[in-house]
Amino acid sequence: MKLITVEACYAVVGVYLFVVAARIAGEAWHPRRWGSALFWALLAVTFAGAKWIPPVVVGYLVVTMVVLAATGHVAPGATSKATREERERDAERLQNRIFWPALLIPATAVIGTLVLGKLHVGDVWLVEAKQVTLISLGLGALIALAAALRTTGASVETAAGEGSRLLQTLGWSLILPQMLAALGGIFAKSGVGEIVAGLVAQAVPTQVPWVAVMAYCGGMALFTMVMGNAFAAFAVITGGIGLPFIVNLHGGNPAIMAAIGMLSGYCGTLLTPMAANFNLVPAMLLELADKNAVIKAQVPLALVIFAGNVALMIFCVYRF
Amino acid sequence: MIKLIGVLIIATGFTLRVNTLLVVLAAGLATGFAAGFSWTEIMAMVGKYFVDNRAMTLPIVLMLPVVGLLERHGLKERAEVLIRRSKAATAGRVVLLYTAVRQVSVSLGVNIGGHPSAVRPLVAPMAEAAARAQHGELPAKSVVQIRAHAAAGENVGNFFGEDIFIAVGAILLMKGFFDAQGLTVSVWAMALWGIPTAIIAFTAMIWRCRVLDRRIARDVAASGPGKAEGVR
Repeated sequence: MKLITVEACYAVVGVYLFVVAARIAGEAWHPRRWGSALFWALLAVTFAGAKWIPPVVVGYLVVTMVVLAATGHVAPGATSKATREERERDAERLQNRIFWPALLIPATAVIGTLVLGKLHVGDVWLVEAKQVTLISLGLGALIALAAALRTTGASVETAAGEGSRLLQTLGWSLILPQMLAALGGIFAKSGVGEIVAGLVAQAVPTQVPWVAVMAYCGGMALFTMVMGNAFAAFAVITGGIGLPFIVNLHGGNPAIMAAIGMLSGYCGTLLTPMAANFNLVPAMLLELADKNAVIKAQVPLALVIFAGNVALMIFCVYRF
Repeated sequence: MIKLIGVLIIATGFTLRVNTLLVVLAAGLATGFAAGFSWTEIMAMVGKYFVDNRAMTLPIVLMLPVVGLLERHGLKERAEVLIRRSKAATAGRVVLLYTAVRQVSVSLGVNIGGHPSAVRPLVAPMAEAAARAQHGELPAKSVVQIRAHAAAGENVGNFFGEDIFIAVGAILLMKGFFDAQGLTVSVWAMALWGIPTAIIAFTAMIWRCRVLDRRIARDVAASGPGKAEGVR
């Protein structure tokens, strides 16, 4: 038995999203009161109730959320931010104590990852060992929240309000990563990867060892850009290009191929809006008008690291 | 080939700036139909994968109340005060330092940092404050670039550090793949061969952070002090 499961963390998120929805429903001045309230309530249901609701019903809930978002029914409410003067006064009053709650998040992550997964009395485990990172993160957030309430002397109501304000600034783009992951799943089930791998293998002369490396690394980056996820690309491209050509035909080292191949995929992740949680959501979180600003900053990085990967693999994979 | 229609829809939809969620849903439906799945099967897939990937959204939602509360009480302002005291701090150096901490810690299997919990409340404001301390008020362009590079530092540190740690998802996934193919490949070898790329990635980040500092200096000189317009 596990006392704290990852499902419990999702339930906490679900409850909080319900609170956000209820707050919006209570705001008569909200510009998109009912659409927004419904959106956050539906998201809450998918978080808290996923264990009991059949996937096909969740599918319909997701479609409803997409329609609400696409027809402009999800919008942020009126904001009552603290003024810069208020914030500077508080910063002056609290000094460095304001950092403690923020530092509790990584501290809990460290302790959680190292310790929590190992704690058990007989068969009763404190946390699900497989999900210890995620659970530590969730616990860290809650502990930090308690500390922040104590340090600042603010009410739970204020914290809920601030969280709700930030959530509504993100708006529907919050579910974009999950939607893109769903799309990636459908791509995988539909066999899109095999087609891409086939095209790459056909298009280039993979009989030449260094060309095979370029095709493999290029295929990893390209397919990761399409899927938004290097993990999904790995099995397909390694199965379609890497194993048959680099390992079987040219006798390359599979460990070197896999390690550098995966990292070539990550170069693709830096370049694609499909990896929304790494590229688009941060742009929203940082309140940038250009959603692609993060990707643009990453283009030179991705190209240089990719070139380095290809050179490294050409040089090493057939040698060690 | 028809199955690639989803990729085409994504490319077109993103270019035409149609609502992103709608584009993604349309691409999923089209690909699913092209592959011969029924409407109900596609809905079930959407629902299943949406639920399976809740872990992507969880940290953001749980972090926001804390981050919002701390920001309301002057977290960013205090970070700015601290960074202004350090004479050596520049925007690029702040981002680079964070990248280094992130990359080293994640390579030891400790996942600290993240966009909502570190970049937004701490790294980006500190980098901005460092640039302000150096140059005075910044043009909008520079603010956008500083924030974007802070996010890039998080991604680079995270991606190119994690594969050095053997108990991480990527290594285990590769191991699982090779096991299924009947090949014995050591996780240690795979983790070891992640190190050269980690060094390349960090070197590339050093270069980009220097470019960032130079660009800020150039843009400040060119535009003179102005209001931040590219940010909301």
